[in-house]
Amino acid sequence: MQINFLGKNLHTPLVLASGVLGNNKAILERVWENGCGLPTMKSIGPAPREGHKNPTVIDLGNGLINAVGLPSPGYLNMEEEWQELSDRVFPITASIYGGSVEEFVQVAAFVSAKGPDFIELNISCPNSDQHGMVFGVNAQSSHDVVAAVKKVIHVPLIAKLTPAAPDIATIAKACEDAGADAICAINTAGPGMVIDIESRSPVLAFKKGGLSGPMIKPIAVRCVYDIFRSVSIPIIGLGGISTGKDAIEIIMAGATLVGIGTAVRYRGITVFDKVNKEISDWLAVHDTSMEEIRGAAHREAL
Amino acid sequence: MITQLMPAMVKVADKDVHSPEFATLYVNQHIDFKPGQFVMVWIPGVDEKPYTISHHSPERFGITVEAKGLFSRKAVSLGPGDKIGIRGPFGNGFNMGIGHKRVAVVAGGCGMAPLAPLVETFQTDKGPEVFLIQGARSKSFLLYPDRFAAKAEICTDDGSKGYKGFVTDILVQKIKDLSAISTPAFDMVYACGPEIMMAKVFDICEVHSIPCQVSLERYMRCGFGVCGACVCGHAVVCKDGPVFGSKMLRTMADFNTRALLKTGQPVPLNEYATWRCQ
Repeated sequence: MQINFLGKNLHTPLVLASGVLGNNKAILERVWENGCGLPTMKSIGPAPREGHKNPTVIDLGNGLINAVGLPSPGYLNMEEEWQELSDRVFPITASIYGGSVEEFVQVAAFVSAKGPDFIELNISCPNSDQHGMVFGVNAQSSHDVVAAVKKVIHVPLIAKLTPAAPDIATIAKACEDAGADAICAINTAGPGMVIDIESRSPVLAFKKGGLSGPMIKPIAVRCVYDIFRSVSIPIIGLGGISTGKDAIEIIMAGATLVGIGTAVRYRGITVFDKVNKEISDWLAVHDTSMEEIRGAAHREAL
Repeated sequence: MITQLMPAMVKVADKDVHSPEFATLYVNQHIDFKPGQFVMVWIPGVDEKPYTISHHSPERFGITVEAKGLFSRKAVSLGPGDKIGIRGPFGNGFNMGIGHKRVAVVAGGCGMAPLAPLVETFQTDKGPEVFLIQGARSKSFLLYPDRFAAKAEICTDDGSKGYKGFVTDILVQKIKDLSAISTPAFDMVYACGPEIMMAKVFDICEVHSIPCQVSLERYMRCGFGVCGACVCGHAVVCKDGPVFGSKMLRTMADFNTRALLKTGQPVPLNEYATWRCQ
């Protein structure tokens, strides 16, 4: 199931969502060997950051709620990792975040020089007061940060969007106009909250957290559907994709690549191989192809 | 009911204070459990940390805490009636094997905690002959000195009880003695303690072609193999481990060399250990 994405040949159409595993070269490679076409590194930030205290990730049964809080060694403290990644045989996306346009630019310029295959702008994380989502809920700020970063990097740029935006299609269009090469949708939904009624405490130490997994799939599918109608750049569709049928569904909404994150919890690290096989089997049974079904759900409406 | 989902708030039913540093908290609840597995223990408003289960019966289980950081000092100060949140059990426990005739169990310091239910399972289950080798910094750091029917070989760093020296010295001697009678000397060696000790146990076992299993420790967040905070090379400690066998250990470049800080920064193991003990 080889696929060409922004000029790069990927061995499968599956992407590892940022924030899941992705902490070192060895685990990125293992994910790739298990059928992930494009692993994403953990988000890299402007300064060392420990993230939040535990609990940070809780399984609600039909998905996760998390506020890990963007832990990062900081972009200046990753020489060892870049050194190890330099002779890799697999493609990677470097996800980055910042607290201002200047910080995004600073991190992006430095990271771009380290030679990842793609850079993903995380303008959509709900788990930090100063970073992330604040940019992605407004078309103007999304445009500004994408345009500024685009000027200083030498690899294709992916803008990762939040479903919390009032009109995600408008945000996506603003990113495309600013020079984004692809859109990744969606980051976690919410934020939500769970309270333990015995201790009368919010369970997450940060109190609020992003929702992921099967419970948000309909939101992801709707977002990708809306974005597909407003942009002509490719879309990485993710949010609750756990099976081949889920992947087919979001491809029909308009996705070119399909992200997997929380499903690692429910089906293990081999989920990529499983989903690839399920996609192939479905396509074979229906005598069709990825290209033919991409955006298929729009046909009548178009 | 305790599950891998939301933490279940449970009352501490009992507490054993072993020494100024160690205490065991007991919970009167059943948990489906295999020796070596761990639970996430939540103290609302403080933090949540992984602990292996150190006592287990059909009606209750216990966790043993060494007071060394903010969370653990708070945990050992709890007593009967206090509530803690538990989710789990997580990870893979020790593989107890089939048909083993003789095994060695090597414990260093609080590494005795996950090994204790293993020793007890062997002793109640028509299990193999168990050679227990237990070490600690000094006499007061020896966990559960009178708990087992099996006679333990004791060693301390300062010689305050038993042999003055390392558990690995005794393991080597045992293998040498037993090799005269049978090969291999042990069908399996189980170990938990400081990682440098477990690496030494692994090396000794490799030299003598004895399989071993060790239980690793890394900073954890989710407990179920998603967040990646606990990666050790290509292994995810909370999900693939925390118990790893010889075959896996041979492929883990970060075993006894490297671990990630809370920021995700990889550092030499001694730097990580210093940070974790704050």
